[in-house]
Amino acid sequence: MTKKPKPSKSKKEKYAVYVNGNLVGFHKNGEALVAKLKEKRRTNQLNYETNIYMSKRTHEIYINTDRGRVRKPYIVVEEGRSRLGQEIHSKLKKGELTWEHLVKMGVIEYLDADEEENAYVAMNPEDITDEHTHLELDPSIIFGVTTSALPYPEHNSAPRITMACSMAKQSLGVYSTNFAKRFDTRGYVMFYPQQPLVSTDFYKALDLKNRAAGQNLIVAIATHEGYNMGDGLVINRSAVDRGMGRVVMFKTYQTEERLYPGGQKDKIELPTPDVVGYRGDEPYVNLDADGVIFPESDVESRLVLVGKTSPPRFIEEVSVFGVVEEKKRESSLSLKSGEKGKIDSVMVTESPNGNRLVKVKVRSMKIPEVGDKMASRHGQKGVIGSLLSQENMPFTKDGIVPDLIMNPHAIPSRMTAGHLLDALGGKAATIGGMIMDGTAFTGNNETDYMKILKENGFDEYGEEVLYDGITGKRIRAKIFISPIYYQKLHHLVSNKMHVRSRGPVQLLTLQPTEGRAREGGLRFGEMERDCLIGYGASMVVRERLLEESDKTVQLVCENCGMLGFHNHIKGKTLCPACGSDMNSPVEISYAFKLLVDEIMSLYIFPRLVLKDKA
Amino acid sequence: MKKKQGISPYSAVGIVAAQSIGEPGTQMTMRTFHYAGVAEHVPTGLPRLIELVDAKKEPSKALIEIFLLPKYSKNQKKVKEFANMVESILLSDVASIEEDMDEKEIRIKISKKDFKDLGLKEEDMGAIIKKAVTTNKLKISKDLLYIVKLKEGKKFPLRSLRKLQIKLSKVLVKGVEGIKKAVVVHEKGDYFVRASGFNIKGALALPDVDPSRIYTNNILEMYTVFGIEVARAVLVRELNSVMELQNINVGVRHLMLLADAICADGKLKSIGRHGLSGEKAGVLGRAAFEETIKHLVAAAVYAEEDKLKGVTENIIVGQTIPVGTGKVMLSMKK
Repeated sequence: MTKKPKPSKSKKEKYAVYVNGNLVGFHKNGEALVAKLKEKRRTNQLNYETNIYMSKRTHEIYINTDRGRVRKPYIVVEEGRSRLGQEIHSKLKKGELTWEHLVKMGVIEYLDADEEENAYVAMNPEDITDEHTHLELDPSIIFGVTTSALPYPEHNSAPRITMACSMAKQSLGVYSTNFAKRFDTRGYVMFYPQQPLVSTDFYKALDLKNRAAGQNLIVAIATHEGYNMGDGLVINRSAVDRGMGRVVMFKTYQTEERLYPGGQKDKIELPTPDVVGYRGDEPYVNLDADGVIFPESDVESRLVLVGKTSPPRFIEEVSVFGVVEEKKRESSLSLKSGEKGKIDSVMVTESPNGNRLVKVKVRSMKIPEVGDKMASRHGQKGVIGSLLSQENMPFTKDGIVPDLIMNPHAIPSRMTAGHLLDALGGKAATIGGMIMDGTAFTGNNETDYMKILKENGFDEYGEEVLYDGITGKRIRAKIFISPIYYQKLHHLVSNKMHVRSRGPVQLLTLQPTEGRAREGGLRFGEMERDCLIGYGASMVVRERLLEESDKTVQLVCENCGMLGFHNHIKGKTLCPACGSDMNSPVEISYAFKLLVDEIMSLYIFPRLVLKDKA
Repeated sequence: MKKKQGISPYSAVGIVAAQSIGEPGTQMTMRTFHYAGVAEHVPTGLPRLIELVDAKKEPSKALIEIFLLPKYSKNQKKVKEFANMVESILLSDVASIEEDMDEKEIRIKISKKDFKDLGLKEEDMGAIIKKAVTTNKLKISKDLLYIVKLKEGKKFPLRSLRKLQIKLSKVLVKGVEGIKKAVVVHEKGDYFVRASGFNIKGALALPDVDPSRIYTNNILEMYTVFGIEVARAVLVRELNSVMELQNINVGVRHLMLLADAICADGKLKSIGRHGLSGEKAGVLGRAAFEETIKHLVAAAVYAEEDKLKGVTENIIVGQTIPVGTGKVMLSMKK
C-alpha cells in the first residue's frame, strides 16, 4: 500500500487561504487574519459583499467575493452587545439613518451560507450572551417569502404550513395591477379583494395590502346537515350574490397569418360560403368585415372569434377552361367547447416572424358554485358542498350570519391552532377596529384578543349562541364564529367538469379520445378490467373493451385466413392473398386489425382460422 | 353445508388471489423484524415476497431450524451441546493463515484459546489440514504451528500460494458445512437450534436429529431434499409468515393457490417471464405480457397456433372471455 505523504507539521498548523475557490497561500495565524478581514469589512474598507469563512477542522479559510451566493442580513454583536444600540435606534426613528448607512457602519452585515457556519446567532436581543456573534433582525425573518405572509405559523404543524404556502400560490386576487391591458393566456381577477384582518409585517414590506388575494369571511365552525363533511364547505348564497368569492377569468386566444412554402399565406377575413369547410352563417355572426370579432359580443362554444382562410393543401389541377381555381380552406379560430363569455378586447399586431397576429381576450365571470375550492391561510382547504340562502343559515343574537360553515373535524387531527388564533384575531380586529398583527413569534397573542373581546362584551373565547335558520330554535352548543381570511383557489369546477356518453374517436385506433379538451372518455384501464374479470362479468368486459370502444367488422378469408375487403365496383368481396371471394364478416377490435397489419409488415403471415360459421 | 362454501364454477380464482395478495401488499411497511440472534437481516415484507414468488432464487439470507428427537428436545443442555456441534468452524476462524512469499510456504498458527474453547483435538487438526493440503508438504511443529510448503516445480508459484491460502482458510474444522451462528431457541416448550445458512442433508446425518421437524426457509433446499409436496407446504407457510409479520390478513387459500401454481408441474416454477407467464399456452397472451417480439417471431418460425383459450387472447381479438358468465352456455335437449 502506498502511503500518503504526511503534510509537514509546519504546514498543518498554517491555514490555507482560498479566494473564490483558488488557493492563494498560507497564513500562520488564521484567526487573526479572519478577525482583521472582518474588521475591515465592518469599517467599510473591504466591500460588504465579501464573505470570510474559516474551518478550524480542515485549517482552511475561504474568502468569497463571487456572484451567486445567497446572503442574509444580520445585526452584528460584539462582546455580548448588539451594535444596533439605543443611539442608532433613535437616529433611525428620526430618519437620520437608512439601511445603507447601517451596512456601511458595520451595524448590519450580510452572511452567505459559508460564513453562517461561523456565526452564533441570537434570536432576540435579550438572549445575547458573550458567545453570540450576530442577532437576527427579527425572529420571523427565518421564514421565506411565502411563509412570511402566513399568520401564526408557529402555532401550526409543519406539514400544514407547507400546504398553506403552496395554496397561497394558487389563490386568486389581483395578480397584476395592469391586468386590463395585458393579454395573458390565462388570468383571474377577484371582484372585491380585501386585505386580511390579521396581517403580518411582510404584508407591509411586500405591499400585499394592495395586491390582496382573498376575503375576510365570517366563519362558523360547525356541522351543517352533512354538507360540510370531509372538508366540505357550506357557504352563504346571499353573500355570493353580493359578490363574495366572485372572480373574472380572462383567456387569450390568438391566431396568425402563417406563411407556407411556395409563397402562399393565410388570410384573416370573413370566410365566404365557397370556402372549403364553411361552417354555415351562424358561427360568423359576431365578426366584423375584417374577420375579427367585435369587442363586448357574447360568445359561446364553437363560435368563431377570428375568421381565417388558408391555401389548399394540394395544388389543384388545371380545370377544363384553363383557369386555375383556388379553393381556400376554412381555418378560423373558434372558442373551445364548453366555454362561454364576452369578448373583452382585441389586439391586432405582428408576430415575431412578421406575420399579422390577432389576439382576442375572452372574459367570463366565475361565481362560486358547488365544487369550487377555497382555503384559509393554515392549510385548511375545502370544497364547496352546498350554497345556502341567508335565511336558512344559522344566526347570532346580533343577526350575524356566517358566510361559510367549516367542519370542526378539520381541526384536531391537523393541529392547526393558528387557524383558531387567526379567527380570534379577526374577531378582535373587527371589534377593536384595527388590523391585527399575526407575524410569527412577535405578533399579537391570544391574551390581547381575549382582552378586547371581553371589554366589548363578547365571549372571550370567541364562541356565540347561534339560532337555527330553519327552525329558529337555539342551537344547543356554543359555536365558534368569527372572521377568517379565506382564499379562493384556482381549481374551479367549471374549468374541470367533463362528461361524455359518445364523442370523437382517435384517427389511428378508432378508440375514444383522451382528455377534457378533446371531449374524451375516462380510461377503463388494466386494473379496472382485472376487477371485472375477477367478478366473472365477461359480457361487461366485452362491452367496455369492444362495443363501447373500437369494434369493427372485417372480412376474413375462409380459405387462407387473411383480412379481405369488399370491392364496390365489382360488387364482391376479395382476399388480397389468395383471390378467394369466400370472405366472412367477423367482429373484432380495430386494435387487433392494426396488430394483424403490423405483424404482416414484419413478414409474418397471421392466419385467422374461422370456426363456428353462422 | 359443504356446497355453500364452494367457489362457483368458472370463477376467476387466479385474479381474485392476485388482487387479494397484491392490494394489501401495497400497504407493506418498510419495517424489518428481527429473529433472535441469528442472521440480523432476514428479508421480510415485499423483498421476501418477491424472493418467494421467484421460487428458483436462493434466499439472500437462509435460516435453518433443527429439532432433536422428542426425547431430547426438552433437554436444554443436550440441545446446547448439539448447537456447538453443528455450527461450522472454518480454519480461518481459529487460526491465522499467513503466506510467506519468499519461502513459498504458508504458516498456520492456531490460537490456543479458541482451540480449547471449541474442544478440538490436536491430532485431528493435523489430519484435517493434511486433507486440504493434498500433494503439498506439511510440516507440523509444536505449539500448534503448521507449515505448508508449496510443492516445487509449479508454474506460477505465487498464484498457487494465494490459491492454497484461500482454500485453507475455508477448510471446515468442525460442524456442518454452511451452517453458521447456531443459537438455541426455546419456543412452545421445545429447545431447538436456529442457525443461519442451510444444509438439510448435512444436518440429518447427525445423530438424534428429528427428521420430521427439520426446517429451512430455503424452498429450493426443501424441494431437493423432501420433494414437491413439502416445498408447497413450506411455500404456504413462508408466504403466510410474511403476511402475518406485516399484520396483513390474507386468506390462506389465496396463498395456497399461489403455491399450487408454483408447484403444479412437480418442480418449482417462478411467477413471471421465466416461469408461469412465459410458459402460457397462447402466443398472444405471452406476447401481451413481456418480450412481445420474441414470442411473435418464434410463433411465426414454428407456425404456432393460438387456440384463443386464455383471457388476454380473447380480449385482444375482441371476444367474450372464457371466464364467469362468458363460459356458461345453454344447451337444449334433443
